[in-house]
Amino acid sequence: MNAAILVSILMTVAAAATPLLLAALGELVVEKSGVLNLGVEGMMLIGAVTAFAVSVTTGSPALGAIASMVTAAAASGIFAALTLGLASNQVATGLALTIFGTGISALAGAPYVGITTTRLGPIFPDALADDPYWRLIFGHSPLVYIALLMTLAVWWFLKHSRSGLILRAVGESDDAAHSIGYPVLKVRALAILFGGAMAGLAGSFYSLVVTPMWAERLTAGRGWIAIALVVFASWRPGRLAAGAYLFGAVITLELQAKAAGLSALAPEFMSSLPYLATIAVLVMISAGRRSIKNAAPACLGKPFRASA
Amino acid sequence: MVLRLEARREPSTLMVFASPAIAVVTTLVVGAALFTLLGYDGIGAVMKIFVEPLFNPYRWQDLLVKAAPLAMIALGLSIGFRANVWNIGAEGQYVVGGLAGTGVALLTYEMSGYWILPAMILAGILGGMAYAAVPAVLKTRFSVNEILSSLMLNYVALQLLYYLTRGPWKDPEGFNFPQTVLFTDWQTLPKVVPGTLIHLGVPIAGVLALVIWFLVVRTVAGFQMRVFGMAPMAARYGGFQESRTVWTAMLIGGGLAGLAGVLEAAGPFGQMTPGFPTGYGYTAIIVAFLGRLHPFGILMAALVLALTYVGGESAQTAIRLPSAAVGVFQAMMLFFLLAADVLVRYRVVNRTTARSQRVSSEPATRNTERAA
Repeated sequence: MNAAILVSILMTVAAAATPLLLAALGELVVEKSGVLNLGVEGMMLIGAVTAFAVSVTTGSPALGAIASMVTAAAASGIFAALTLGLASNQVATGLALTIFGTGISALAGAPYVGITTTRLGPIFPDALADDPYWRLIFGHSPLVYIALLMTLAVWWFLKHSRSGLILRAVGESDDAAHSIGYPVLKVRALAILFGGAMAGLAGSFYSLVVTPMWAERLTAGRGWIAIALVVFASWRPGRLAAGAYLFGAVITLELQAKAAGLSALAPEFMSSLPYLATIAVLVMISAGRRSIKNAAPACLGKPFRASA
Repeated sequence: MVLRLEARREPSTLMVFASPAIAVVTTLVVGAALFTLLGYDGIGAVMKIFVEPLFNPYRWQDLLVKAAPLAMIALGLSIGFRANVWNIGAEGQYVVGGLAGTGVALLTYEMSGYWILPAMILAGILGGMAYAAVPAVLKTRFSVNEILSSLMLNYVALQLLYYLTRGPWKDPEGFNFPQTVLFTDWQTLPKVVPGTLIHLGVPIAGVLALVIWFLVVRTVAGFQMRVFGMAPMAARYGGFQESRTVWTAMLIGGGLAGLAGVLEAAGPFGQMTPGFPTGYGYTAIIVAFLGRLHPFGILMAALVLALTYVGGESAQTAIRLPSAAVGVFQAMMLFFLLAADVLVRYRVVNRTTARSQRVSSEPATRNTERAA
């Protein structure tokens, strides 16, 4: 296989991995604070449609990406208000957020179906990205680098910053954190908003980078794969990045096989591959091991109310 | 005046019944406002979707036909939700149920006899059960989270549907449309009211509600499931097996979703097409919650959500409301229900008066030690 093809495949892997990584990093922080937000898919769709609409209107895809973080964070605010303010069931509320995001994005996006916008393309000058090997380093959309930098930032935040320790304390033992004076609900609210912004940015990758277009249900269940990745990574940012790139490879395999028109396997089978792979890795990571239960934040999914 | 929430000693019975009503009414008011803001005829949308079908007797049969699968699926899901088993894969189980029934229909295409339709229905139920058995095995053997596994399988079921209707099951004389042949009379669900759309599925949904009610309220198995939902530790301590609860919930949920699927295929569709999944599996989650996970509540909630389908269709043509608007209304209903539900467990009190009656809730010491 010649170098140019190999490089282009690796570029596709990075492009497929980036939105998964962005969304999963957000969800990881949310879950570390003890909250399970199943609304990732919905928030991604809201981010994707916002990014596209703003990019078309202003002509600036960068502005679109920023706007996607704002609206998706606002949507996660609904989730925060219900689960934190009103102690509602997190699973049901997250599902409602996904249904809401699917509906509202289709509604808001209806006028934008069938048009294209400027791609949020490579940031480095072409001269740097001309050579195929250099292209592998300098040829990506800015979001690819942002996702990797955010992985480092989230790792540092959780492991080495004081606020990160408080966030983990809140997720491991909300009552204890509350009794020594940490604002449990405030910490969780901030985590949820961060998760929303990251999911929105992930969504913008689909409508600005992968295909600079909008279509209903554009994210095709990738938000759920992002949630599964957090479990796969045992709530560790480094493993999350590895997992996202592994899935990027699976998705690339799907695209390549379809493009090559491999006749041995039906295209429908290739399309199910990412979902089947998700189940397979969940089995591998969960099977027979207690570690996965120990790795999960102890208060994950449990509502908290200060016992006054 | 500062309002705050105070836990009730016992859940409020009044609010258990009132909160779905509050949710529906709030959805109508906020929905009208939201759609007006978005530049649509908001009040017109609410009238078209939620009010007009109620006053148009011709639409009542539509309502029943749409409510039947929603109720069936939600009845199955409610069993799991009570026990904290989150089967989100009803959409896939519905599709596989429809496919299993279609498989039998294609095999018996040249045959005749009264046994064919029951055989299709049985295949549909078994198909849904088998598909739900996958997350059940993964959960009980490998402790894989059932939310994620069952949801992933929805996407896989869709691809299976596309593969079969585009490939091996495509009608050879269908002008290359990706769909199967039309089912024969032996394979089609009979109408219970001649001259209407109301098929056998409608009374089946009603009977199932009675059966599920009996199962949940009157049997030990139902009791075990409820205990697992309310107090999992106590249930384990009491010697109840968690894996059995997962299996029961998944098989009933999958079986009923499969049943709904095969009845839709043999009823309103009369064949299998790529347009077969209409989101019933997801909407049924809302139905289950709006119906308070209670069989009779679910029947009523299914009618309310059926309104959004029936009214949504007429709003599409009459005031050019996009079909996606229906999803927004449905999600709002669930949001408002979850919000109103807080009043079941908590009461709103005026903080300024309540504060004097209790010791300050501020943490006594502020420990700055690092919580590792």
